[in-house]
Parts: sequence; structure tokens; C-alpha cells
Amino acid sequence: MPDILYFAWLRDRLGHDREAMVLPSGVTRVSDLVSVLQARGGAYGEIFGQPELVRVAVNQSFATLDASIGPDDEIAFFPPVTGG
Amino acid sequence: MPRIHVQVQTEPFDPTHESTLLLAGHPDVGAMASFVGLVRGDGGLCSMELEHYPGMTESMMTRIAESAVSRFGLLGCTIIHRVGRLTVGAPIVLVLCTAAHRGTAFAAVEFVMDWLKSRAPFWKKEEFSDGRIQWVQPREQDAHSLQRWEDGQGDSPGIASPSSPAPPSKAE
Repeated sequence: MPDILYFAWLRDRLGHDREAMVLPSGVTRVSDLVSVLQARGGAYGEIFGQPELVRVAVNQSFATLDASIGPDDEIAFFPPVTGG
Repeated sequence: MPRIHVQVQTEPFDPTHESTLLLAGHPDVGAMASFVGLVRGDGGLCSMELEHYPGMTESMMTRIAESAVSRFGLLGCTIIHRVGRLTVGAPIVLVLCTAAHRGTAFAAVEFVMDWLKSRAPFWKKEEFSDGRIQWVQPREQDAHSLQRWEDGQGDSPGIASPSSPAPPSKAE
């Protein structure tokens, strides 16, 4: 089952840095997962209802909403990066 | 063979030591340009906490270094980025680029920093003397700085633009 990771203020707001999730049937793309997370409501609803605040990586590479996801993937959500 | 070294670490780095390592066995180097980024103590800032995405960070740093080497014909590139709690004045990031001539070495350091700012998964949380804590927001300037390198030369780090996922269709 895929691991979903959260970093920086997303993690602070959600209260945990990772979760394992069985992808519901029909969830084959990042956009589907964003919808599922938004539907949880609460902090999830607020964050994933404003996806312009969020960046995503699939298997440690930047990805877009239409990227495919599957049961063995590592999917990470985080704010825009601020290193350097 | 160009030498590439990337590292994420909590401890301070030693630019002199890193320079020696980068130059060893490279008598063809005629120029080494370097950049050190520091924690700037303005607005009452006293420290910052840097976090990163282990694994992805190193792989993005490697891709950025490789594309700098390829684009500028560098002989070597070192990128070291610190994480953890850093106080005002502490060094955060070191970039060293070696080349035959100074022009490419200077340009390559800027190229590496511009890509690092916008594509390496680091996040900074600022801690102020009055107790305030806030996550650093990305600066528009950083995204603009990248644009000057996107001139179709085909040796950008090959990193998909991390554009924001658009909202799921409201019709759903």
C-alpha cells in the first residue's frame, strides 16, 4: 500500500508526517487522491481544497496532478520549497 | 571525469577542506567560484529550523550539479546544504564550481543556487526573538531567477516544473 508523506507546515497542520493508505478503487492519479484527502474535511479539507498551496512528488520526483499512482508508490505533499 | 559531490548534513562545513577535495587531481582547473549562504538576522530573527525530504533532496541536488557540469563544462561541483536548527550568522549552504576559466565558474554557481532555491525539497521555519514562529514563504523572485536559464539549451536539470496541482474539478 502506498505511503503518503507530509512535510513542513502541512505536517504541522495535519498532525502527522506519514500514513499508509489503501487507495480506494478508481484512485489512479494524483488528482484522485487530492479529492479523497479533501473529502476528509477538517485540516485535510482546508489544505487540499487550496491545492495551489501544495506541491507533490511521486517516488521522490516532482509530479503533476495527472501523474499516475499505484499501490507501491511513495507520494509526498509539501509546500513550495524554500531552501538555499 | 568531472567530480560531483552533494551532501545534506547538520554539522558545519569547511569550505577550505571541500575546495581541496574538489581540486585534487585536477590540474586543468583555472577557476573556482564559491557561494556560502548564511542565516540573516533581520526582523528580530534569532534562528531557523531547516527540514528536508531525505532521499529526494540528495537526488535533486545531484541532478542540479550534473546539469551545471554539463551546461557549463565544469570540472567539478560541490553542493553542501545543512539542515536542523541554525542560528543567525550560521552558514546554510556551500556551492563550489571549478572550471577552466572564471566566466563559466561564476555563472555555474548562480545557476546551481537558482535551481536549488526552487527545486530542492528544503523548508525553513523562522524563530524570532519575540517568540513568533513562521514558515518561510517562497519569493516570487526565486521563480523569476530560474527563467533566465530556461533558454532551450536542453541541459536544465530535467526536472518537471513543480507547478501547483490545480483544484479537482468543482463539478465533481
